Amino acid sequence: MANAATHDHDDHARPGFFTRWFMSTNHKDIGILYLFTSAAVGFISVCLTVYMRMELMEPGVQFMCEENIGQGVIAHLTASGLGECTPNGHLWNVMITYHGVLMMFFVVIPALFGGFGNYFMPLMIGAPDMAFPRLNNLSYWLYVCGTSLGVASLFAPGGNGQLGSGVGWILVPPLSTTEGGYSMDLAIFAVHVSGASSILGAINMITTFLNMRAPGMTLHKTPLFAWSIFITAFLILLSLPVLAGAITMLLTDRNFGTTFFDPSGGGDPVLYQHLLWFFGHPEVYMIIVPGFGIISHIISTFSKKPIFGYLPMVYAMVAIGVLGFVVWAHHMYTVGMSTTQQSYFMLATMVIAVPTGVKIFSWIATMWGGSISFKTPMLWAMGFLFLFTVGGVTGVVLSQAALDRAYHDTYYVVAHFHYVMSLGAVFCIFAGIYYWFAKMSGRQYPEWAGQLHFYAMFIGANLTFFPQHFLGRNGMPRRYLDYPEQFATWNYLSSIGAFISFASFIFFIGIVVYTLRWGKKVTEPAYWGEHADTLEWTLPNPPPEHTFETLPKQADWDKGGH
Amino acid sequence: MAHEKNHDYHILKPSPWPLLGAVSAFIMLFGSVMYFKGDSPWMFFIGLAAVLYTMFVWWSDVIKEAEDGDHTPVVLIGLRYGVIMFIASEVMFFVAWFWNFFKHAMYPMTEGSPAIDGVWPPVGIETFDPWHLPIINTLILICSGALATWAHHAIAEDGDNKTMAKALAGAIALGAIFTLFQGFEYAEATFGFSGNIYGASFFMATGFHGFHVIVGTIFLAVCMIRAMGGKYTKEHHVGFEAAAWYWHFVDVVWLFLFVAVYVWGG
Repeated sequence: MANAATHDHDDHARPGFFTRWFMSTNHKDIGILYLFTSAAVGFISVCLTVYMRMELMEPGVQFMCEENIGQGVIAHLTASGLGECTPNGHLWNVMITYHGVLMMFFVVIPALFGGFGNYFMPLMIGAPDMAFPRLNNLSYWLYVCGTSLGVASLFAPGGNGQLGSGVGWILVPPLSTTEGGYSMDLAIFAVHVSGASSILGAINMITTFLNMRAPGMTLHKTPLFAWSIFITAFLILLSLPVLAGAITMLLTDRNFGTTFFDPSGGGDPVLYQHLLWFFGHPEVYMIIVPGFGIISHIISTFSKKPIFGYLPMVYAMVAIGVLGFVVWAHHMYTVGMSTTQQSYFMLATMVIAVPTGVKIFSWIATMWGGSISFKTPMLWAMGFLFLFTVGGVTGVVLSQAALDRAYHDTYYVVAHFHYVMSLGAVFCIFAGIYYWFAKMSGRQYPEWAGQLHFYAMFIGANLTFFPQHFLGRNGMPRRYLDYPEQFATWNYLSSIGAFISFASFIFFIGIVVYTLRWGKKVTEPAYWGEHADTLEWTLPNPPPEHTFETLPKQADWDKGGH
Repeated sequence: MAHEKNHDYHILKPSPWPLLGAVSAFIMLFGSVMYFKGDSPWMFFIGLAAVLYTMFVWWSDVIKEAEDGDHTPVVLIGLRYGVIMFIASEVMFFVAWFWNFFKHAMYPMTEGSPAIDGVWPPVGIETFDPWHLPIINTLILICSGALATWAHHAIAEDGDNKTMAKALAGAIALGAIFTLFQGFEYAEATFGFSGNIYGASFFMATGFHGFHVIVGTIFLAVCMIRAMGGKYTKEHHVGFEAAAWYWHFVDVVWLFLFVAVYVWGG
C-alpha cells in the first residue's frame, strides 16, 4: 500500500525545474516559454524604437552620432552641451533593420502562434497535448537559437566598419549582398533557423488540429481560435520554405560567388523581391490571423452572445489565407512591372477586403444587441477592431497601383502597416494575455491596472502612428535619419506617442510581476461567465500538468451549435 | 485514478534532445559563418557532429517507442499527417529554386548584364545533353522508386520482411549509383558554380536535389536494417512508409528537374 502510494506520487510529481523548462514535452509549459521569450525579445525591439523616436523627435541629428553613441545620448539628456555630431546613417539603418527582423520573426509570431497557439489550441479541441510534443520543444529551442543568432548579428562586425547590418528587414540585395562583415550572414542564419522552427511548429499544429479533436468535434464545430491557428500553420508551411530558398541564394551570393541577384553575372535583384514577398505577404496574415481567432472569442464572451456567423468567419479566414498567396507583388509596384501585372495584383489585393469585411462586420454584429461588459480584454478587442479597420482602409488605398506611386516608401506606408501590426496584432496579444492570464497563472490582474494599460497604449500608439499618415501624404520618405523642418510638428507628436506607449509597456511588465506574486487567486474555472464556453474554461486555473486524460464529452463543449 | 491516461494519444517523457539539437544548430551555424570568413572550420564540424548525434539519439528513441507500442493507430495517423506536411514544405523549398530557374530562362537579363545578352542558355554556356547521362540517371531513379514500391507491397500485403529488405537493398544501390553519376556529371561540367547565373541555378537546384537523394538513401538504409531484423509487420511500418513517400518525392523533383532544366532549359 505504502509502496504503491509512494510510487504513484513519484510518477506524477511535477518534474524538477531543469527538466520542466529545458526538456519539456508539455504544450502548456512550452506555450509559457514562448510567451516569456517573445516578451523579452519584444522589449529589446521596443527599446530600439524608443531610440529611433528620440532621434526623430527633432530635425537634425542629435543621438545617432559617429563619435560616441553613449556620449551623445548623455550629453543631450543632461543638456551639458551637444558637442560634435556627425550623423551615423549606418546606426540608423541597423535600428530599423533589427526592429523589423525581431518584430516580424521573433516577437509576434512566437507570441501568437507559438505561445497562445501552443497553450490554447490543444485545450480548445480537447487534446491531451500536441501531436508531436518533443518536436514542439525543438520548435521552441530553435526559436531561441534563431533569436541568439539574430542578437549576435546585431553585435557582430557589419557594414561600414561598424556593428550590425543596416539593410532593412527584407534583407534586400544588393544591400544585403554587399554589406561587409559577418553580421549579415548571422542574420540570414537567424532567419533560416526561425523559419525551421516555425515550419516544425506548423507541422505539429496541423497534425494536432486534424487528428486530435475531441470526439464529436467536427471541423465545422471547432472553435475559431483553433481554426485560426490551423490556417496560420498552412501559411507558414507553404511560404517559409520559399523564403529559405531566397535567403540561401543571398548566402551563396555573399560567400560563394554565385550571381542570383547580381546583374553582372546575369542575375536579377528583382527576383529576390518576388521570392521575399511571396513569403512576406502571407507573413502578415500569419501575424494577424491568430489574432482574429482570439478577438472572436473575446467579443463573444463579453457581448454575452455566441459569435455571429461562425461558418462565414471560418471561411473568411480560409479565403484570406488563400488570397494571401496571390497578391505579393503589390509590395513592389514601383520595380517596373507591366501594367497588366499591376492591374492583376491591384484587383487581387482589393478582393481581400471582402473576407476581411465579413470578419469586421460579423464582430460588430456579435456585439449588436449584446449585453457588453467593458472588461480589459474587451477594451483591447474593441481597440483592435477600430485600429485594424483604420489599417485596413489605408491598405485599400495603398493597393491602388496608381496611388502607390505617390505613397510608396513614405510614412503613409509606415503608418498603414503599424496600424495593422503594432496596433492590430499587438493589441491581439495583449487582449489574449488579459483574457487568459488567470487561466494560465491562477491569479487575476487588478482590473483598473489592465484598463489603464489599455488607455495609455491606445492613446500612445495612435499618437505615434496617426500623424505619420500626414507625414506620408506630405511626402516624408521612410528609412531616413533626418528630415526637413516642415515635418517637425507631426514627428514631435509621434515621438511623444512612442514614449507614452513605452511607458505603458513598462507598466504592463509591472502588472505581470505584481499579478504573478500578489494577484487575487481565481478558483472559478469559467471566470468570465458562461459565454466563455470553449473547453479551456472547464479546467482549473492553472490547468494541471496533464489535461484531458479522459477525453471530454460532447456535452462539455457543444452548447447546441453556433 | 485521476492520473490514468484514458486515451490512445502519445504523451512523451521529458527529453534533452530538443535543447541539445538547438544548441548544436547554433554552434554549427555560427561555426559555418566563421568558416566562410576564413576562420578554421572546427566549430562548424563540432556543431555538425552534434546535430547528427542529436538526430541519431532522437530517432533511436522514436524507434524504441514504436517497439514499446506507443504508436497506436491514432498516433500512426498523426505521424502520416506529419510526414505529408513535411514533404509539402520541402516541395515549397524547391519552388524557390524552380522559380529562380524559370525566371532567368524565360526572362533573361538584357540591359546592364553583359554576361547574358538576353538569351538562354547564356552565351558561352555549354549545357549537358539530356539524352546522355541525365536520361540514364532518370531511369535509375525511377527503377529505384519501383523497387521501393515492391518493398512496400512485400510488407503491406505479405508482411514479408526478407523480400522487403532485398528490394530495399536494390533501391539503395540504385540511389547510390545516381549520386555517383551526378558526381561524374558535375566533374564534367564546362561551366562554373560562381560568376554566372546558369551555373548557380543549375548547381543549386540539382545540388539540393542531390542532397535529398543522399538523405533519402540513408532513410531507406535505416529501413532496410530494420527489415533485416524483422521489425516490420503488415500493419506497422509507418517509418518505412515515410521513407517511401520521401523517396517518391525525390523522384518527382528529379523528373521536373530533368524536363525543365535538362531538356527544356538546355
